Amino acid sequence: MTGVYLAGAFSISALLFFNRKRVINTLLVVTFLLLQITFTVHEYLHINTTELRYFNADALGILLLVTLSIISIPAMYHSYVYLSTKEDNARHTAFYFAAMVMLLTAISAAYLANNIAVTWIFVELTTLSASVLIYHRRNNRSLEGTWKYLFVCAISITLVFIGILFLSFTLHQAGTDDLSFAVLIKKAPELNQFWLRLAFIFIFTGFTAKLGLVPMYTAGIDAKDKAPSPAGALLSSVLMNVGFVGIFRFYTVIANSPLHTWANHVILIAAILSIFVATVYMTKVKNIKRMFAYSSIEHMGIVMLGLAAGGIGYYAAVLHIILHAFVKSSLFFQMGQIYRIYKSKSIYDVGNYFKYNPTGSLVMLLGFFFATAMPPSGLFISEFLIFRSLFEAGHLAVLIMVMLFLTMIIWAFGKNIFKLLFSPAVDFKEDTLEKINPAESISQFVLLGLVVWLGLNPPQEFVTLIQQSIINLPH
Amino acid sequence: MTNVLLIIFTISLLYLGIAHRLLTYIKILVFQGIILFGIAFIELIQINALNLAFVLLETIAFKAIAIPLFLNYVIKKNRITRDAEPFLSNFISLIIITMIIISMFILSNAIDDSGISKIYFVVALSTLFTGLYIIVTRHKLITHVMGYLVIENGVFILSLAVGNEMPMLVNMGILLDIFASVFLLGIFVNKIGDILKDADVDQLKSLKD
Repeated sequence: MTGVYLAGAFSISALLFFNRKRVINTLLVVTFLLLQITFTVHEYLHINTTELRYFNADALGILLLVTLSIISIPAMYHSYVYLSTKEDNARHTAFYFAAMVMLLTAISAAYLANNIAVTWIFVELTTLSASVLIYHRRNNRSLEGTWKYLFVCAISITLVFIGILFLSFTLHQAGTDDLSFAVLIKKAPELNQFWLRLAFIFIFTGFTAKLGLVPMYTAGIDAKDKAPSPAGALLSSVLMNVGFVGIFRFYTVIANSPLHTWANHVILIAAILSIFVATVYMTKVKNIKRMFAYSSIEHMGIVMLGLAAGGIGYYAAVLHIILHAFVKSSLFFQMGQIYRIYKSKSIYDVGNYFKYNPTGSLVMLLGFFFATAMPPSGLFISEFLIFRSLFEAGHLAVLIMVMLFLTMIIWAFGKNIFKLLFSPAVDFKEDTLEKINPAESISQFVLLGLVVWLGLNPPQEFVTLIQQSIINLPH
Repeated sequence: MTNVLLIIFTISLLYLGIAHRLLTYIKILVFQGIILFGIAFIELIQINALNLAFVLLETIAFKAIAIPLFLNYVIKKNRITRDAEPFLSNFISLIIITMIIISMFILSNAIDDSGISKIYFVVALSTLFTGLYIIVTRHKLITHVMGYLVIENGVFILSLAVGNEMPMLVNMGILLDIFASVFLLGIFVNKIGDILKDADVDQLKSLKD
């Protein structure tokens, strides 16, 4: 089935690239979504089977694949809404959808890859397809965003490759040349620690470009800002999860070696620095989209804290990454409507949003509560569990520091959102107002509803899957 | 023989540090491509013939001919001035690159592993960090791409160290090389020259907080 999916999705992407007709375009996109859903269901029913030698649908892969399939449907819908508000250029539309299908396929394959080299190849593919999406508006600034994203990602993908080479040095001594994660976990205790350390540093640094952590987070911010909002939603949710998959799978290998404590320290430092950077920029950023992007950096920092703390933190980290994808993508989808009303993303030009678009304002308000992890958001549960794990692991100083940062982030986030919702906008002409159809917000409500459901009353199946995905980590 | 070639490669890094003109950078890249061809030929002679032909073709045709020609074309087309415009003086660059090489030597002493020849490790990591240094201290976007190509050369050397046991990794490195550099340069040729009149990092400063 994986072979069918990859072949089908890549040929759909190629057809979209060459097709210029609207009807066929819609038809192809619907076909892709059906293929994506069929594939997801099939993989769910055949959990832990290896296909094509390099793809194994394990519990983590399934969880993230389902997340991706759920988000891909509104992403395609909002793409049509977005493109219909712009003047129609058949060629740009064709590039946009071809790149989006390619991106979703590459991400799905990267989730399921059971070999670090295969993961690497598909992560590289995500960079290339994402840069087409970022360049969609074809102006000076989107060019800048694309160039920076491409360049930083090219360097970080090279760093991951160097990490893989270091890993192969030591694997060779351990008498194997198989780079699959299962073999790595089994061999982990006997690998040479010097090479393993270097490999972890390089692979971790490389994947932070996708995950959005210090030191390589910068390119992602520009990318999410310049990409059209539906594409930005994908970049800040499912694409970040690719980085998580890369780091998490290799962390599982390290956790089974004597370097576990050392790796925890590395991750802890990166996580605290990320939350700190997010706090600094959240308080001064004036662009709403960039603010959401920095909020993602903060959440990824929290996820990494969960990994570093261990215990219940592992469970909470996986839960957090899934719920965050739903919250952040719904905020980005909603951003498209704000831009259509105010024609600006700056916090200075927006205001009184409740008057112009009540449904959208409701999504914004709920999204704010959800993204800052206030109840009934599911993120409250996962963040609470992560803080508990930090407390249990004895990182009291870290916990206090992070909580202070989070308080500042909530203040900064709230200040901007309440300005958007309630304070009147300066120099805003109401007569040219575009009417937004409330039905465009339905998908956001569904996504936010999912966050509540999965957080507060998770189905047993969901809990089992998360527990299975962290089964290889030492408890 | 490989050791001699690797040492000559390292010396080319020092020359890179004091080079002033873009044309010199391109010549150094050609030179490095030819040296890599030699190293790959000596090291990988045991792997199967088709794979070896692919690797050799990549080093000689791609690294030493196609990419430099392409760079030359980009510079001509976008009318980029010939100076590399470093932020730091040549003397400081030379010292920093020497420090990089020395610190890699010291780091390599920490390896308690007889299986891997350390010279690959030293040369590859020195090349990597020199490339990063070139990227951060040069003003033009095209020199950033050249710095990236230097990093790629370093990665290639590192992959040769395990080339005999895992030829798959060498091929992956080549894949990265071709994909990334064609894409980066492709954007350069088509877009940056058209939209930005002067391809300079100062043009790319509007996205910030």
